[in-house]
Amino acid sequence: MSSNVQSKSLWRHAFEQLCKDKLALTSLIIVAVYAVVAILVACGVLASDWEKSVGPSYNPPSLEHPFGLDIFGMSVWAKTLKGTEVAMSVGLVTSLISITIGVTLGALAGYFGGKIDEGIVWFYTTFTSIPYIMLVVAIAFILGKGLMTVYLALGLTSWVSLCRLIRGEVMRHKDREYVQAAGAIGGGDMRKLFIHILPNVLHIVIINFSLSFQTAIKSEVILSYLGLGVQGRPSWGIMIDDAKLELARGVWWQLAAATLAMLIVVLAFNILGDALRDALDPKLKGK
Amino acid sequence: MNIYAYIFRRLLYVIPVILGVCAIIFLIFNVVAPDPALIILGKHATAEQVVEIRQQLGLNKPMLSQYFDIVRSAFTFDFGRSWSTKQEISEMIKAGAVPSATLSFPAFFISTILGISISLLVAFYRGSMFDKVTVVGCVTLMSVSSLAYILFGQWFFAYKLGWFEISGYDYGFPYFIPYILLPAIIWVMLSVGPDVRFYRTIMLDEIYQDYIRTARAKGLSERVILFKHVLKNAMIPIITYVVIQIPFLILGALLLESFFSIPGLGSITLNAINSSDFPVIRAMTVLSAVAYIIFSVITDVLYTLVDPRVRLS
Repeated sequence: MSSNVQSKSLWRHAFEQLCKDKLALTSLIIVAVYAVVAILVACGVLASDWEKSVGPSYNPPSLEHPFGLDIFGMSVWAKTLKGTEVAMSVGLVTSLISITIGVTLGALAGYFGGKIDEGIVWFYTTFTSIPYIMLVVAIAFILGKGLMTVYLALGLTSWVSLCRLIRGEVMRHKDREYVQAAGAIGGGDMRKLFIHILPNVLHIVIINFSLSFQTAIKSEVILSYLGLGVQGRPSWGIMIDDAKLELARGVWWQLAAATLAMLIVVLAFNILGDALRDALDPKLKGK
Repeated sequence: MNIYAYIFRRLLYVIPVILGVCAIIFLIFNVVAPDPALIILGKHATAEQVVEIRQQLGLNKPMLSQYFDIVRSAFTFDFGRSWSTKQEISEMIKAGAVPSATLSFPAFFISTILGISISLLVAFYRGSMFDKVTVVGCVTLMSVSSLAYILFGQWFFAYKLGWFEISGYDYGFPYFIPYILLPAIIWVMLSVGPDVRFYRTIMLDEIYQDYIRTARAKGLSERVILFKHVLKNAMIPIITYVVIQIPFLILGALLLESFFSIPGLGSITLNAINSSDFPVIRAMTVLSAVAYIIFSVITDVLYTLVDPRVRLS
């Protein structure tokens, strides 16, 4: 099948380009390391003893505990690792929720047009008119506090930009010859849309994924500050929020550890997102 | 379709969007949110108390009339009274607007000018080391949590070094200036990264157009090309981007205002969130949504007036 060969070459081309770009490759490795850490923490291999007090309260960074200790004498390093699990899971689940909604609505609007399109466009215009933070807070009000709230609040509010992009791209594709050909051999609407058109707009989803992942990690901090975030376990947001009382006493290591952990992975996702866009967006080829 | 018909239709479209926004707000606060009577009275309320407070808050009105109250407030800006301070919400908004504006407008103005200037420089030296370092620098700035900027700035520059006021606010020019300096600097740090990236993309989009090649071919200098041709054409997306950000200034910077104790709309909103003060949260949501809708109409209309390539459909 010709479309298959072509799409493979796009991905291979993108992969080769990504490997040539040292910065992007480093970012990919960093993201992979964070993912592995998150999985190991989730399995209880790493940082399972984060709750244990290992020394005096607010002990500054030392050789034994490179990021120091917090108010209860817990190792900030272990808390940072534990926070990685929260951050990565928030990034992943949030992105999956927003991709599911964004791609489905965008594809339906773009493909069917007419009243369906008008309805979906009205819905997301309405939705974006409400400030993001208000929606997040409102959802948190309804669901109560906790990790599930973070997932849903961030996921349900971050699909609009992807939906817009997919809608535009599907519109551009739906009258192309390959779609007509698929129709001519008897393919129905759903088959044309999901089997033929969607693989051709997949690059948008991938680029968007790396961006929404890091936005979610950053938003988790804000939710924690508002007291709506995860409860009863450390996250980078809670660590940064704790720092607002600690800094006046000169305790800077908890803020530093969480900020640094977040900076590295968010930076990696940003660079990766840019590199993916350069590699996958055919419009940018040759520039 | 002529342009007036288009503008008229665009204005008409505001109505379903406002109705939709009010429907979402209504659904959230009046239908699915936990019962406000219980939030106010706590878990140990008696049935009579609940009935009484529901009466006071207007929660026993029919659903449809509660919905129309919200729609009406979007046009009259009469939002009722706050549950926690008992103040008239429209008065609270008037009082909060000034501190918010004194922080957000200067900060927004400076960061926009700075963003455009840096992106012009970067576009001029595109592909060079300077370009790459700036782009990576912007991404790094964007990757730090906004809360970390605020906490570190307040602790280090205001508390440790004593360069700025730690928090607080004073009304009237020029008394507010010392209080907004540090929050404004943090604002600029937060927005310059995304701004430069956005403006740079726009500039580069223009630079690769055919008419720029023509300009270069007829011997114009890079500087003339950049300022006379690129900047002029890039102005359309730039203005759109700037105008659409203005409604977000209304809520100010929630976190900045709250950390620096600036009694603006952002602080009011955060306090309302913390005390489950539904009428205030609802009012702020309606207010910013209406502002967003108005400004997106302005952007669309501006776009069609300025850019003849935009097809009216």
